[in-house]
Parts: sequence; structure tokens; C-alpha cells
Amino acid sequence: MTCTEFLAELGEFLDANVSVGLRADLEEHLERCEHCVITLRTTRKTIEIYRNHEIYELPVSIRERLQAAILAKCKKGC
Amino acid sequence: MPIIQTPGTEEVHPDILLVNRARQGDVQAFEQLVKQYDRQVFRIAQHITQNREDAEDVVQDAFLKAYEKLEQFQGNSKFYTWLVRIAVNESLMRLRKRRTGRMVSIDEDVETEEGSMPRDLAEWRPDPEAQYGQSELAEILRKTIQGLPPGFRVVFVLRDVEGLSTEETAETLGLSVPAVKSRLLRARLQLRERLSRYFRKKDEDGVK
Ligand SMILES: [Zn+2]
Repeated sequence: MTCTEFLAELGEFLDANVSVGLRADLEEHLERCEHCVITLRTTRKTIEIYRNHEIYELPVSIRERLQAAILAKCKKGC
Repeated sequence: MPIIQTPGTEEVHPDILLVNRARQGDVQAFEQLVKQYDRQVFRIAQHITQNREDAEDVVQDAFLKAYEKLEQFQGNSKFYTWLVRIAVNESLMRLRKRRTGRMVSIDEDVETEEGSMPRDLAEWRPDPEAQYGQSELAEILRKTIQGLPPGFRVVFVLRDVEGLSTEETAETLGLSVPAVKSRLLRARLQLRERLSRYFRKKDEDGVK
């Protein structure tokens, strides 16, 4: 397996969506390719960082104002 | 309120129960749905519109539209996915209004090979976020994701940040499953490449 072939399957590998056979091939590639190990590890970390950090927070005051506005209109039947 | 359960099938999702109550005019049930999902809707809208005011308007409009169309909601899909689809459409409408004359589309494929082949192959620090303060890190993450083409950004946000499945993301955006997968991978690789600048091990780290 080449690095290009590995990269083509990286998405499915990250999502644990590969067959047992393909998984073995991918893991075998990782055993001898430091570059792909780094790509895999840092891509996984990228996803984790975006998932764990809220970058657009809705302040409580604005949130309450929006909720009140939505419900007032709903009560009036929109 | 009796628990609605279809014989022989798994329990009905709590959202569906709330939807059913809201349909019968129970505004408090709808309020619960608003409180449960308003932050997600805001985040998605902010990612697409890149504009705070627009994102706030989308939160309002998306929930009101959902309330109006509640009758049309089919119980066979998740309420959340259905709501996200409304929010995505509202966000795109706002984005188009602001950028008149410029085509804004998330379904056109982006002609770029950028990021399909990793260039920065440096190892990252073990706990890369730890070296930045909370707000500094948020700024880095915002700046980085804003640099992605909109069609990649929205796929990454729905699938990896908001936790929709690949199929749900495809359905929400009107894309094929293979198109979602290919955009998702390119989005992930491009973000990785750009974040590497901030998170890579410095030479002095190696000495320790
Ligand atoms: Zn390799």
C-alpha cells in the first residue's frame, strides 16, 4: 500500500468504517510509514479539538432574548 | 401524558413526544425543543454566515419556521436533523443576501487539490491546545476554519462538530454520500495542515 492509497481510506479509517481486511492493510502500512502515522494522529486530534472547543458561544443574555422572542411569536400562532 | 409506544418497536425518541405535544398547541413542549437545540442552530448558522447578527436571526427564523411546519415533520427522521436542514437553508439565504452578485453555493464542488496531500508532517506537541489561552485558542480555531471553502466547512461542522451521521449530512445538504465523504476528508486534512502551524513541536521541545 502506498501513502496515496492510505490517504484515500483515511476518512473511513478514522470513522472505523473499514472491513477487517482493509483495516489490516492500513495498519500494516502504518507500521512502516511514520508520515502516515503522524497524519493519522494529527487529523484525529484536529477533529477532537474542534469537537471539544466551542468557538461560537451564544451569550446567556442573547440566548434568553431569542428564546423569549421565539416563544412570544409561537404563542401568537406565529 | 401517556407514553406513546408502538408495539414491537423501540421507544419513541423524547423529541418526538415533544413534537407531538407541540402540534397539539403545547407551546411549553416547543420551548423545551428550543432550549435543547438553540445553541447548535446558532453555531451552525454562525459557521455558514460568518456573521453574528445573521446567525441570531437564523436562530429565530429557523425555530419559527419549524413551528409553522411542524405538521409536515415526518416522524421517521430525527427532529434535530430536520431542524438543522431548515437552519442550513435559512443560513444560506442570509449569506446570499449579503453577497449579492456572488454565487454562494454549497453543492458545487470545489476545484482545489489543496490539502489532499499532507505537506506539514511535523509531529504535534502532546497536548497542543494547552499552550494557548482559551480565547487565543478559539481565535486560532475560528481563523483556521473560516479559511475553508464554505462547501467543505459546512460538511465538517455538521458531521464532525455537531455529530450528524454521514447519511444525515448528505440528506441535509442535498449531497450524495460519496460527495460528503470526499469533502469531509479534504476538510479534515486542510484543517490539520493549517493547525499544524500552531501545534507542531518546536525544535527546542525535542531537546527536553
Ligand atoms: Zn504512508
